[in-house]
Amino acid sequence: MSPLLEVNELQIAFGGVKAVNGLSFSADAGEIVSVIGPNGAGKTSAFNCITGFYKPVSGTVTLDGADITGKRPAVIAATGVTRTFQNLRLFPDLTVLDNVRGGMHLYGGQNFVDALFHTPRYRRSERAYTDEAHRWLDFVGYKGGRGIPVRNLAYGQQRQVEMARAMARKAKLVLLDEPGAGLNHSEKRDLLELCRKIRDLGAAVVLIEHDMGVVMEVSERVVVMNFGREIADGTPDEVKRNPAVIEAYLGKEDEPGPDEAGPGGPERGES
Amino acid sequence: MSENSENVDASRAPRRIGKPASRVSRLFESRQLGWAAFAIAVLFPFVLASNYAMSIGTTAVIFILLASGLNIVVGYCGLLDLGYIAFMAVGAYTSGIISKAWELPILFTIPAVLLMCILAGLVIGGPTLRLRSDYLAIVTLGFGEIIRLTANNLAITGGPSGIYGIPGVSLFGLDLSGPVPYYYFCVVVVALMVLGSARLGKSRLGRAWRFVREDEDAAEAMGIHTYKVKLAAYIFGAIWGGIGGVLFASHLSAISPQSFVFLQSALVLMAVVLGGMGNTRGVVVGAVVISLLPEFLRDMGNLRYVIFGVVLVAVMVLRPQGFWPSRAYEPDLPPAVKDDAGGGPDAPVTTAKGGTP
Ligand SMILES: Nc1ncnc2c1ncn2[C@@H]1O[C@H](COP(=O)(O)OP(=O)(O)O)[C@@H](O)[C@H]1O
Ligand SMILES: [Mg+2]
Repeated sequence: MSPLLEVNELQIAFGGVKAVNGLSFSADAGEIVSVIGPNGAGKTSAFNCITGFYKPVSGTVTLDGADITGKRPAVIAATGVTRTFQNLRLFPDLTVLDNVRGGMHLYGGQNFVDALFHTPRYRRSERAYTDEAHRWLDFVGYKGGRGIPVRNLAYGQQRQVEMARAMARKAKLVLLDEPGAGLNHSEKRDLLELCRKIRDLGAAVVLIEHDMGVVMEVSERVVVMNFGREIADGTPDEVKRNPAVIEAYLGKEDEPGPDEAGPGGPERGES
Repeated sequence: MSENSENVDASRAPRRIGKPASRVSRLFESRQLGWAAFAIAVLFPFVLASNYAMSIGTTAVIFILLASGLNIVVGYCGLLDLGYIAFMAVGAYTSGIISKAWELPILFTIPAVLLMCILAGLVIGGPTLRLRSDYLAIVTLGFGEIIRLTANNLAITGGPSGIYGIPGVSLFGLDLSGPVPYYYFCVVVVALMVLGSARLGKSRLGRAWRFVREDEDAAEAMGIHTYKVKLAAYIFGAIWGGIGGVLFASHLSAISPQSFVFLQSALVLMAVVLGGMGNTRGVVVGAVVISLLPEFLRDMGNLRYVIFGVVLVAVMVLRPQGFWPSRAYEPDLPPAVKDDAGGGPDAPVTTAKGGTP
């Protein structure tokens, strides 16, 4: 059986900058694949190509065997892809619950006529939206107020809400762009646990993360990117020993161990 | 505009965390308030029933309808529309032309009005809603002028002198064209339309509008086809404006291009912004203030426009989010639902694997 997500020779350029330059990798249902690489390696751009925010110049993205390359983000989302953003992209003036309801738009369950006449269908679906929103907030371990605007929340809580919103999409493929950025140690532990929980629901999780400790601990597979393409792809142990990775990360000196590259990771590999 | 109000909110944010709604704000959120407003509108003719007062009242009520329609576009969805009055013109001319040409009761023209408004919404929204919002403002401004100039130059619309003798409303053989009956007719229609726009705002579609307003990219990532959602807001706005046009045409029995100048669009927009974008109650208050304030200042002659302007500027400086901005709060959960959370999320993903749309 072919993998759930298959990225093949993906390319995108901005002016002269080839942000993604022939990237190929895959991810299977029920596994966590980490994408690591120096800042500017093209990780976020790759996510944007996969989710349709950038139109790749060439290459293909397939999900469950269906070609989704270059489709509109909403269309790609509807095929079962969800994501978080590197710089939180919440709906700041809306409540926590409404933000999570944002992930449920495709559930349907009511149309505007139902809304205008408050039909039983409308009431039922609104109740279902609310119940589900609470469930997903519980799922991510969110403890704060739920009826207040997200802009009032602490950063870590906002991250959780974004996670709950992404999960509420019930997607097959979950793309997390540096979900651990800016979190403290214990929040990061929780995030690790959460990633495992998501994987155990049967989704494929693709995770961009700088913290090597996290990456080595949680991933089934690691894809190392540099200059817009993968330079290594394998289990954490294989990747750790890969000479190309060692070179990219440490300038041919030593193995990157769990405790060597801190958050923020190796900066600006190429510039 | 929206960024400005965001900043204001952000500076207030820390004080608001977890704070339960005060008694006053609970009063402002209460459901009875809508009924109270309705009661005031119903009782008004018992206080003042001169033809003049009824005419002002009817105009104000129609203005409320326009503001609640524009609120869908600007307040909910965040699309700046500077030519909203064009939809009112489409509604007014459609019903005026048809009711005169075929001697139809004016209410029978409503299906045609709806059709024309939806068409107008598609024609103007279709190409422009793909643009970023600043372009949209300019294009809608142009559209408003095009509609007015078209009406000014076509024979069927009566050119600059417009259309006369548009019939009043009669319902089930009951003549409602007198000042007081027509006022009541408008109050009922507008109350229903305002309720409708408020309900739309609290639905799945209404949430999608707000998601688009808040962050278009995030909305897309959640599977919301932002273009379609914006077009829907535009079409609903067009319908509300078109119905406003029908009420307007029947009220004055004559329409001409001068009724649909840019100033009118600006006034409706002002009602929305002043009242509080996205909050139906605020928008209703804004519409009442904008339509009645000049009347209260009538004794002052032309100075009233100056005072009107000063009041508006003062409000926008002192309270840029409007009198009564929409306030995103809702109750936290009754614990009963939280209890069975354990198995919850498992089910959804299993269904998702089966291909949730
Ligand atoms: N929208 C854009 N416009 C121009 N350049 C971009 C854009 N997005 C990314 N880039 C460039 O592409 C390169 C890769 O960036 P990015 O994908 O954000 O890397 P990473 O997420 O790995 O840090 C960078 O040089 C960045 O400046
Ligand atoms: Mg990045």
